[in-house]
Amino acid sequence: MARLFKLFFTVLVFSAVAGGLLSMLEAVTKERIETQQLLFLKGPAVKEIMEGCSNDPLTDRIRIKEGKEERQFFVGKFDGKPNVVAFESYGKGFGGKIGVMVGVDIDKDKIVGIAITTHSETPGLGARAKTEKSFKGQFKGKDINKAFKVKADGGDVDAVSGATITSRGVCMALEEAKATYMKLKPEILKNLGKM
Amino acid sequence: MASFAREFTKGLWDEIPPFRFVLGLCAALAVTKSVDGALGMGIALTFVTVGSNVLISLFRKLIPNDVRIACYIVVIAAFVIVVELMMQAYTYALFEKLGIFIPLIVVNCIVLGRAEAFANKNPVLPSIADGLGMGVGYTMALVALASIREILGAGTFWGISVFGPSYKPFTFLLEAPGAFVCLGLMLAVMNIFKK
Repeated sequence: MARLFKLFFTVLVFSAVAGGLLSMLEAVTKERIETQQLLFLKGPAVKEIMEGCSNDPLTDRIRIKEGKEERQFFVGKFDGKPNVVAFESYGKGFGGKIGVMVGVDIDKDKIVGIAITTHSETPGLGARAKTEKSFKGQFKGKDINKAFKVKADGGDVDAVSGATITSRGVCMALEEAKATYMKLKPEILKNLGKM
Repeated sequence: MASFAREFTKGLWDEIPPFRFVLGLCAALAVTKSVDGALGMGIALTFVTVGSNVLISLFRKLIPNDVRIACYIVVIAAFVIVVELMMQAYTYALFEKLGIFIPLIVVNCIVLGRAEAFANKNPVLPSIADGLGMGVGYTMALVALASIREILGAGTFWGISVFGPSYKPFTFLLEAPGAFVCLGLMLAVMNIFKK
């Protein structure tokens, strides 16, 4: 019994100390990691969507609490008015989580563009969703209230060839984006009014 | 100090991990498409081997034999997360390039192998030498493999063109089968020198 306790206790101490130290390190690096992700992942995605806007959407962002989580909305000004918001939502692809940045015109409730941020899809197949313009481009001008479904599931989204599951994941992310947008639109409008 | 030097240098040639033991190949073949990725991976692995060797050697008399592997894994995993967080915070581009292979260092046989075969039985100083030697040897092997693959397969070294625009790259070397062929040839050459 004493021996068993010693085994148990050793592993417990090792794990507890390691876990404690790591959570400290995580807290210290958190802010820097966020800035880096902004610079390398979200930044390019937002710029791709907001091409031609007159402000810097990366600095003009608003944070809204959704339950416990805080969500960021990047605001783009076109014709001098803050009328496009971009935000990230997630779907499940073939190799894990797919992050999709969705830009929505807040006046017309229409998608201005999407861009893929994080993904772990197969290079040459699913990963093409990130680069293929014809795939991403088809969402441009679509109503955000519509259903997003690939053609194989009876919808009207053209999947990336050879990557139906990835395309489905992108649709899933867009469905999530729709839900978030609908829920938080009043809040977004309130914040935009202050800009 | 003589033993420090001996423990260090054995990892550089006599026991150079990927070639002599043919261990840790999964990551070694995947990250050697480019020299910068190979160097980054090598440095990450060196840090983890040295760090885990030091801690395991320090606690070698405290860890009960029955749970030693569990304790090693906790220590190694902790160091890997440190690397992962630091890379995300400071060298995000490299983190994106290495991706999944950073967390996979946890299960790299070289690290666990050194803990079990060396740090477990030796004092701290030789363990540092052993970890450092193995790490540097691994880095050298990766960089050598990556140099061949990048120079011939892409016509570049560290992203800079070597042969000029007229060179037609031998892209086969950048694919997985090319990596195996390249590794096999290197092992063959090393065997010639061994005799």
